[in-house]
Amino acid sequence: MNRIQFFTILGLVSAYSASAQLTESNEGTVTGNVQMLWQSYSEDPVIGAIVPPEKTGFNAYGNLIYTQGGFSAGMRYESYLSAVLGFPGRFKGSGIGYRYARYADPTGKVDFTIGNFYEQFGSGIVLRSYEERALGIDNALDGIRLILRPTNGLEIKALYGKQRLDFDSRLINGPGTVRAVDGALDVNAFLESKGGLDWKTKITLGANFVSKFQSGGTITKDTLILTLPENIGAWSYRLDALRGGWSAGIEYAGKINDPNADNGYTYRDGQAILLNLGYTQRGLGVSFSAKTVDNMSFRSDRDVLLFDLPINYIPAITQQHTYNLAATLYPYATVISGESSASAEIFYSIPKGTKLGGKYGTKLSANFAAANDLDTTQLSGVDGLVYGYERNSWGFGPTKFVRDFNVQISRKESKNFKWKYTFYNLEFNTLATPVTTTFKGIVYADIHVLETQVKTRKRESLRTEFQALLTEQDKGDWATVLAEYTWSPHWFASILDQYNFGNPDPAARVHYLYGAVGRIDGPHRLSIGYGKRREGIFCIGGVCRAVPASNGFEINFSSSF
Amino acid sequence: MKLNPLFTLLALIFWANATPCAAQSLPAVQLKNLAGETISTGDLAVEGHPTLICFWATWCSPCKRELNNYAELYDDWKDETGVNIVAVSIDDQRSIRRVAPYVNSVLWDYDVLLDPNKDFARAMQVVNVPHTFLVSGEGEIVWQHNNYSDGDEEEVYEQLLNLIE
Repeated sequence: MNRIQFFTILGLVSAYSASAQLTESNEGTVTGNVQMLWQSYSEDPVIGAIVPPEKTGFNAYGNLIYTQGGFSAGMRYESYLSAVLGFPGRFKGSGIGYRYARYADPTGKVDFTIGNFYEQFGSGIVLRSYEERALGIDNALDGIRLILRPTNGLEIKALYGKQRLDFDSRLINGPGTVRAVDGALDVNAFLESKGGLDWKTKITLGANFVSKFQSGGTITKDTLILTLPENIGAWSYRLDALRGGWSAGIEYAGKINDPNADNGYTYRDGQAILLNLGYTQRGLGVSFSAKTVDNMSFRSDRDVLLFDLPINYIPAITQQHTYNLAATLYPYATVISGESSASAEIFYSIPKGTKLGGKYGTKLSANFAAANDLDTTQLSGVDGLVYGYERNSWGFGPTKFVRDFNVQISRKESKNFKWKYTFYNLEFNTLATPVTTTFKGIVYADIHVLETQVKTRKRESLRTEFQALLTEQDKGDWATVLAEYTWSPHWFASILDQYNFGNPDPAARVHYLYGAVGRIDGPHRLSIGYGKRREGIFCIGGVCRAVPASNGFEINFSSSF
Repeated sequence: MKLNPLFTLLALIFWANATPCAAQSLPAVQLKNLAGETISTGDLAVEGHPTLICFWATWCSPCKRELNNYAELYDDWKDETGVNIVAVSIDDQRSIRRVAPYVNSVLWDYDVLLDPNKDFARAMQVVNVPHTFLVSGEGEIVWQHNNYSDGDEEEVYEQLLNLIE
């Protein structure tokens, strides 16, 4: 659909909405936001900083949404002139990268969208389209979506569309077509007339089917000529239950043969099981998850890899860390070909006024996550070429992908002082998640982080972080010191030094010093930074992007209205 | 014929024939709360009482500092201004199961909503978290703040007092 067609349709839908008097108010509203990121680059051979020919990078995004009653229309204007380092370099130019019109009936019974939209079915294991702008990830669907809620508790979603792949002065979609339907039943709301809303147990059920189409062809493996299937189906069933402080969830997903670049073009079926169990009461929370994912890479183009055109989303089992060294040196991402994994977590608050809890109480948490490869046997001969391997059990295979254990204690000592200490013990297989080029094998690391915060005056405070990552492998030991001073509600200044003091190569024992100042005015935020940015891995939600080393200025602006 | 994208953008605004300054009200998005019930965000405002909507995530340190600091003041704020705090988690499937255990362990008494695919965050033009909105008893967004640093609760308190005057 080109722009002219799109806006014609937009106009028609709007006219329909106005003429049908579907809205209570005739006055529409426009809301929006903008975000800009500018970086300059200087050469710095010691840290391996690259200077692109343009010497600067600039990304900008502007969103507008027009709303009138149940009708809304929106668009996102994007600029990559040229793309900031670390973003896909093929994003180029300026133009409209996202646009839609939507009508949602005030009763909630009917909701349809034409153009772009984001969607998630259940946990997303079979379908999730989303934007993670900071990572340059956007697999928005472009087509039509219909959501129906015919009766209390029942929601049906159906959609047809292609997925966003690229941006070159305009949105560029991938070749495949995605067709999908999802049904979700909130059993308690559905059985409201039988008193369902008063039941102690709350149950939600869901099921979905997603199919993609891509023109086929053949591939040759050894002496075999194999036909590539054009229509690939995937599906899942899910059940969630809550009772008192307990919660439980299970989802099973399957996929028929889908030879693709991720699985070496084998014809093995895919499957996944996700399990969650939790208990919580005031002051305490416990959760346990287990998951096995086998050959569930599902894309609307069989030949692409990495971040391109995923239809589904398989999150990592490990906790998403926030402190710099824990978050950016060895972050784990799900091994897409297959893994078995489990995690357990506990949160506890020691009550205030007790001997251990102190005047304000003390917060504790511990988290453990483990992932291995699948327990499989490689097939031989023709079966090996066509199906790859067979599964021996649902359990862990012999190869360790990750072990991540961490504990945290945080405590407020007085009105003006609080602190937090976190310890991490990490075993990280860089062959499974290739986050570094300098070491292949298992990195064993201990990380210590002490964070303190002092309220210096009314509305002013100083926050510091002292971090150390200790390891014999890869680039050796690291230390990070951060100091951040804030004048609420408008100003902040921070300075960060990362020092690779244990690098086996003495020439690489470099300080990465970075300073920033910024101002916040309600929804407007401007920050200016200068210094060295370390090569590292930047992750959000289990998806990670490698960011190259750089040296220079950075200006960030964001605003919404 | 190729349209200039900037022209298209301006055309959209004029075509909309709308006043960007008009008081913004809450968009209606269907989200689940921690009890598994579906809530329409259009119904979050309580008539005659201010509502504070705070977007946060379990992996966002400043968000947790903000909501932990508000938690200490919440009883006083409720008594004085009648405010209701709604904490909207944008944790996605990786961390969504951590929300209920975390919230209960740190003793938050807020209404907590789950927005795993950021549908409500997008509709509210949230670029990054934390982002806090103050909504009047008439359902209009009267103040917002992106980011959190310690001491911002004083600003929030002043805004709450302004609103109920």
